[in-house]
This record gives sequence, C-alpha cells and structure tokens, in this order.
Amino acid sequence: MGTTLAEKLWTSHLVRKGEDGAPDLIYIDLHMCHEVTSPQAFEGLRLAGRQVRRPDLTIATEDHNTPTLDIDLPIADETSRIQIDTLRSNAAEFGIRIHSLGDADQGVVHVVGPQLGLTMPGMTVVCGDSHTSTHGAFGSLAFGIGTSEVEHVLATQTLPLKPFKTMAINVNGELPEGTTAKDIILAIIAKIGTGGGQGYVLEYRGDAIRALSMEARMTVCNMSIEAGARAGIIAPDQTTFDYVEGRPHAPEGEDWDAAVEYWKTLVTDEDAVFDTEVNLDAADLEPFVTWGTNPGQGLPLSANVPNPEDIADEVDREAAANALEYMGLTPGTPLRDIAIDTVFLGSCTNGRIEDLRAAADVIKGRTKAASVRFLVVPGSARVRLQAEAEGLDQVFKDFGAEWRNAGCSMCLGMNPDQLRPQERSASTSNRNFEGRQGKGGRTHLVSPLVAAATAVRGTLSSPADLVDAPAALV
Amino acid sequence: MEKFTTHTGVGVPLRRSNVDTDQIIPAVYLKRVTKTGFDDALFAAWRGDSEFILNQHAYTHGSVLVAGPDFGTGSSREHAVWALKDYGFRVVIASRFADIFRGNSGKQGLLAAVVSQENIELLWKLLESEPGKEITVSLGDRTVTCGELTVPFEIDDYVRWRLMEGLDDIGLTLQHEEDITAFEGTRAAWRPQTLPAKHLPSVEIEAARPVA
Repeated sequence: MGTTLAEKLWTSHLVRKGEDGAPDLIYIDLHMCHEVTSPQAFEGLRLAGRQVRRPDLTIATEDHNTPTLDIDLPIADETSRIQIDTLRSNAAEFGIRIHSLGDADQGVVHVVGPQLGLTMPGMTVVCGDSHTSTHGAFGSLAFGIGTSEVEHVLATQTLPLKPFKTMAINVNGELPEGTTAKDIILAIIAKIGTGGGQGYVLEYRGDAIRALSMEARMTVCNMSIEAGARAGIIAPDQTTFDYVEGRPHAPEGEDWDAAVEYWKTLVTDEDAVFDTEVNLDAADLEPFVTWGTNPGQGLPLSANVPNPEDIADEVDREAAANALEYMGLTPGTPLRDIAIDTVFLGSCTNGRIEDLRAAADVIKGRTKAASVRFLVVPGSARVRLQAEAEGLDQVFKDFGAEWRNAGCSMCLGMNPDQLRPQERSASTSNRNFEGRQGKGGRTHLVSPLVAAATAVRGTLSSPADLVDAPAALV
Repeated sequence: MEKFTTHTGVGVPLRRSNVDTDQIIPAVYLKRVTKTGFDDALFAAWRGDSEFILNQHAYTHGSVLVAGPDFGTGSSREHAVWALKDYGFRVVIASRFADIFRGNSGKQGLLAAVVSQENIELLWKLLESEPGKEITVSLGDRTVTCGELTVPFEIDDYVRWRLMEGLDDIGLTLQHEEDITAFEGTRAAWRPQTLPAKHLPSVEIEAARPVA
C-alpha cells in the first residue's frame, strides 16, 4: 500500500521513532517567531541556561501588535511597545534574524516566509501561531504551536509529536465566476464543522484545487485550523515551483534541480488510503459568508439568517441561538440585507497582492457607501510596495478606503485597529469569534470580492450584485 | 512541572460549545511578557456579566471546569492555559478539545480530560442542582467522581505519564541530542537557511497617516 503526502513528510523528518507510546521526534526545518507567543519561551531558555540550537533556521517578524499608522513614531501603547522591544532584544541576544516595523521585509509572518522563498515544498514549518497551516500550500507540513513548544523548538529544533490522521478533501469541478478560494474553505468548514479536522492533517485535492494560484492555495490552507486541523497541505506542482523559483532564498543551479526532482515525489501515492475522505463539488459553490460566532457558522450569501429552532442537534442549536444574540441578527433576514459598518481587507488569509488586486478591480470607478469605513491593510510591507507600484493604493484611496501599513491589524485587534461594541464588519480575515476584532464587535467572514462589493453597497454583497451599479469609464 | 495525581475541587458547569481561545483570553491581554498574572483576563468579556457562572458565589473558587464540546478552538495562544491555571483551574473536562489547546495543557500541567457528552450532561445537572459541589479527578484511575457518579475519562497514555511524573519535555528530548545531530548531517544542501539573510533591496517604507 502506498503512502499519503502527509506520511511522506512525517517519515522524512523523523529523528527518532517513539517507543512504548512515546511520541516521535520530528525535525523542524523552519521556525518563525513573532512578538506575542515568544517572550516566555526566550525567558525559559534564559532560566535554563540554554541557547537557540539553530538560529539559521529561525526568523522573527513583528506583526500582531504593530500599528498600521504612524509607524515611524514610537508605539503609543506601552504594553505593545514593551512586547515588541522584548522581541528585538531577544533576537539580538540569541542571534536571530528579525524584520522589524519599518523594514521592507516586515509583515505578517505567514506572508513574509513565502515571499522570501523560505517556505518551499517538503519542509516542516512551525510558528507560535495557529495560522502556520498557511505554509502547507507548498506541500510542507506546517502547523501552529504553543509557547512551550516554541521554547522546545528553539532549544532542540525538534518537536515530540504523535502522528496525525489523514483526511482527503476532494474539491472537483469548476469554480463559478465570482467564487474564490475563501469560499471553498468557508464551505468546507461549514460542512465538516470547527471540530471536524481535529487530529487530522487535511490534504486538499482535486482539479479545483490544482487550478488555484499559490496565493489562493495559501488562503485555503490558512483556515485548516478553523476546521480543527492543525495542518492542511496541497501537493506541490508546477504552480508551486514557478512561485518559489527566483525568490531570495530559493535554491539555485544544481541545488534547484535537485530540489525540484525531490519535490516531484511529494504526492500521495495512487494506492494510498486516507483515514477519511470528504468530497465537494466546486461548481455548486457560491460566495460564502458567516452569520455566527465561529467559522463553521456560514452559509451562501443568497441564504437567510438561520432559525436556531430548525437545528436538530441540541448543542448546535444552543450555539446558534447564542451566536444570533451576540450578532444582533433575526432569523429569516436575507444575509444580503445585513448592513455593514466596517470592511477589513487584509490578514494572513487574504492580505496578499492577488487579494488586493481582486478587490481593487471590483471598486475601481465605483463609489463607497458613505456609511462604510474601509480599511486596507497589506499583509506585508513588500505587498504594500507592490500594490503601490501597480497603482492599487490610488484605487483604494480614490474609493475612500484607508491605505495602511502592514500587519495583523483588525484580524485580531491587538493594535488600535478595532471594532467598537456592536460595530459590524465584513472581514477577509479568519475568525468571527466574539470580541475577536474588538470587544462587542460583530464579524462576518468574507472573500476579498465580497468585501469590496460590500464596501460599495453597504450591505453584504458580491460583485454580481453590482451589475447595475454605474461603473465609471476607465 | 508540578506532578498531578488526583485533584478535588469545586466543579464549574460551563454550558457552552466552541469556547474558543479568544473567549478564554482576549487578544488585548496577550501583550504581557510574563507567564503569570493572567487570572483577571480569564473569560474577560463574560466576567462583566453578573450572571456569568464564575460570578456566582458558589462557583467563584472553582478548580474543575466542565465545558461543552470543542473547547479551546482557535488561536495557539498558551496564554489560555496560563489564564485558566492562574485563576485556579487544574482540570478542564469536555467531550472534545482543540488539538493545540490540549497539547498546551499537557505542557503546563493542566489536565484536559475527555468525557463523553452524555456524561458531561450528567455532571452539569449535578453541579447545577448543587452549586459548589466538588469533583474529584483521579489521573491514576482515569475517573471523574461527583457525588455518587463516577465516569471514565480519556487521555493520551504518554501525556498522562508525563503529568504524573511532572516531566519537562525539553529535558526528555535532549537525552536524544545525538540523534538530532545525526539527522542534521543528512539534510539536503538546498534546504533553506534564514542566515545569512537574503532579500530584495531595502526600500524606505512610507508611514501611513490617519485620514482626516
């Protein structure tokens, strides 16, 4: 019997097989750090008198706390400033490369790794951040870890882990116009639930996945954790190789040839068996939005707010009732009629150049709804520079959007970019948890296309709803 | 890490599913650089509500949390575990836990005990009918006892052993340092290294300004 891609990645990083129920020891190729989940890990090293084993496999960026305005001024919030200063001093003390605020390579850690060419196929990638699953788009085993594990990787460059189970998610058929990678993953999470992937590595397969660009694949893998899976992977192919080639840290010459030859072996064998399989027809999909307070509470945009009384499962019913109360929604309301106060375009889910291009295409020549605040936060400083080189910043500014510096920003509201109580957002980020974007804030997760169309109409909308809107001559 | 064998304390019924880590500790509390002092941050948004379970006198000093399925979903923040521990919790009982949360608990000596939803319902009823009732959790026997009711719980054998011995993972791994060094000798030359740093030319980044 053949093996799955996840199993191949596991085996090729096995330092030591666990005995008598002990976990396997797995080697880590790349460890990314940020300011929030690392300070206690570095402190742990100091207290134990340990060093960082492989600073040359470690990189740090500042992203969660960083402001997106006035980045050349001292950070106003004292605790944020202390946390960022702590990362800088830890990086200096332990000899770790850091990209700080104001640096052209600063940005959300999951955007920075791939753009530097540090993420490539066949690796193990970890970070003290659950959206590390993003890097699985390259055919790498990538997952988020807690601070104790951050310390463990810093000290040993390994992690003790029990093997994951494998789940194939087959997405076949052609994705309809106006439907994106974000809609695929939101539909998957709604189908299998926020706990459906617990204990599994998800492998996204099928022609609809193969047809996606690298950035779109990253969007899909990014939200694997929202289905409960620590990791999601997509087998590498020519799309992957083309994306990696020529990036600053990509192999060159003979190394490149050797790498590609190896990467081509990173597929699930035809006779391999997954522990579970899930099928989805891409042709059935449409723009998807969430109505509740977990990412599994989503529906097609054409649907209405559900009635909890129609839900058979008692736990789900109660969760839906709680969610609607928090979200201030009435069962039966068409999702399209929900008025939005703030649109947030950004995050490690949808803050890449293709996301900005897609949104800019929708709003170009149109007028923003007066009631809407529109925040555009590029995923990294390089994404921002690229967008500016293409003139996208001007499109956003002309439309009335705020063009910000890079970072996690309103995805989790650790910096000043937050929702006010009861303020409602359409957000291209990954979590609609209670208070995630600010205490009392209400979040609807959407694709960049829906975010842009929503900014035009002021209620949850897709570009298809704009056909009659007057497009300016360009 | 402190050894864990048995624990007896007030049980707190939390009738909610999908208690994500943003509910356990909102992001604004993650800015601290210490591992302790997070007790005020636990369930911060809910603590303002006088009806919230931990604001009810009988449950205020609870140390065994009995929650709905999919506890600890979302972010990888270990602060969620620190906050639970700082408040005084030693055990969380649920029918399903998010993987990262369960892993983090095991590293910090917080017992994440998996009990069937059917038995969770029984525990909820007991704890609600007699607020302040104690629960005893035996890691050796893998049982949860509340009054006359004793139900089994599941936990990974290895995690159980580590908790009972109070062992530190890094120390265990470093016993195999030779294996790590040997593995490093087999890694292909093309594997990326962060140092020496390579990147596109540095460019001045313009600071965005507030919109008037």
